[in-house]
Amino acid sequence: MTGEDDLQAFIDDRLDATGRAAVEAYLAVHPEIRERVATERRQLTALRGQLAAKFAEPIPARLRIANIRASRRGHWTGWMRSAAAALVIFGAGAAGGWFANGLAPASAPAAPTTSIAQGATAAFRTFVVEVAHPVEVSVAQEAHLLQWLGKRLGRPLAAPDLSRFGYRLMGGRLLPAGSAAAAQLMYDDASGQRLTVYVRAASGTETAFRFQQEGDAATFAWIDQGFGFAVTAIAGRDELLPIAEAVYRGFEGKS
Amino acid sequence: MADADALLEPLIPALRRYAYALLRDHDAADDLVQDTLERALSRWRLRRPDGDLLAWLFTIQRNLFVNAWRQRQRQGPHAALDDVAPPGIAGQQEAGLEVQDVLAALDQLPEEQKSLLLLIGVEDFSYDDAARILGIPMGTVMSRLSRGRQKLRSILETGRATLLRRVK
Repeated sequence: MTGEDDLQAFIDDRLDATGRAAVEAYLAVHPEIRERVATERRQLTALRGQLAAKFAEPIPARLRIANIRASRRGHWTGWMRSAAAALVIFGAGAAGGWFANGLAPASAPAAPTTSIAQGATAAFRTFVVEVAHPVEVSVAQEAHLLQWLGKRLGRPLAAPDLSRFGYRLMGGRLLPAGSAAAAQLMYDDASGQRLTVYVRAASGTETAFRFQQEGDAATFAWIDQGFGFAVTAIAGRDELLPIAEAVYRGFEGKS
Repeated sequence: MADADALLEPLIPALRRYAYALLRDHDAADDLVQDTLERALSRWRLRRPDGDLLAWLFTIQRNLFVNAWRQRQRQGPHAALDDVAPPGIAGQQEAGLEVQDVLAALDQLPEEQKSLLLLIGVEDFSYDDAARILGIPMGTVMSRLSRGRQKLRSILETGRATLLRRVK
C-alpha cells in the first residue's frame, strides 16, 4: 500500500522500478494527490535551479584550503602541540574512597552537588553557544590558561584528556561563583558539539555522582576533597556517564 | 595533510550552496564555510577515515550555523554582529519577489525543516545521511520531510501576500 513515505521517496526519485511503478499506479487513481506530488516536484526543481548558480561559482581565494591553512597557522601549531601532550587530569590532591562506594550515580538529591550542577549548567548555557569568544584563553596558550585558572581556584589544574571520546580542549575561562572563582574548560568534538568541565571550591566531602538534566543539557556533578566538579554536554545520561567517570578517574589516578 | 586539500576542495561548492541557502547573504555564507573548513582542518585526524567526508563537513557546518543562530536569538537584535546573519532577513529580495521564489519561501520554514529539504532535495544526501547530519532518527526524517514540503507548498500557494508582509 502506498503511504506518505513512498510519495516523498517518489518525489525525490529514490524508489526502485517496482516501487516507482506502485506509486504511479496509485497516483493514476488519486488525481488530487497526483496534482500535489507534481507541484512538490516542480517546486523542488525550481529550488535546485535557484541554487545552481551558487554551486557553479568559482571558489573564492579565501576559501582555498591552502589559504585557510596559511591564515590559521597559529592555531594549527597550537593544536598540534596540545595533541602531542598527553594530558593528565586535575592536578594534585588525594581522592577519597570513591571506588569503595562504587561508581553508581546517586539518585538522592544532595544540596552541594546540586549547586555545583546548577552553576555548571548556567555557565554551559551562557558560553557553549558563543561563537566569537567561546573561551577567554584558548588552548594555544594552554600552559598559561591552566596556571592562571589553577591560581585563582587555589589548586593545581590540568585539563582532562577526552580525546578517546572525540572531544578536544578548546580553552577555558574564569567565572564568578559566589565569593570565590570557578573555572570552565570547554571542549568540542569533530562535529562541533561542545562539552564543559566546571571546577570550583566546595564544602562537604561527598563523593557521589549526581545527574541533572535541564532541557537538553545533561550534567554529572560530584564533590571531592573540597572541590566541586561538573561535566556538562548536550547528551544523554548513558553517553555522558563514561566521560564523567573518565574525568573523575583521571583525577583520582593523579593523586 | 596534502590529501586534505585534494579531498576538501571539490566539496566547497556544495558547502557554499548550503550556507547561502541558510543565510541568504553571500559574504556571511562564505564566512560560515571558512569556519567550517578551519574546523575540519583542525579536526582532520579525528574524523572517521571510513566515514563520508561530505556528510561530516555538512554536520560541522550545520552545527556552527545552529550554534550561531541560538546565540543570536539569545542576544536579541541589537547585539554586535560579528558572525553570521540570522536566516531569512539578510537577502535583498524585495524587488524580485515572485510567487514561485521557492528559496524565499523556504526562509519561512523552521531551520530543521529548511535544512532537511536542502540536504535531501538539493544536496542529494540519502535519507540515512540526512538523519545523521541532523542528529535525528530516520522516522523523523520522513515525517519532517513531508511536513516541510506541505508547509512550503502552502506558503507558495498563499503567495505574494504572505511574502510581502514578511518584507514589510
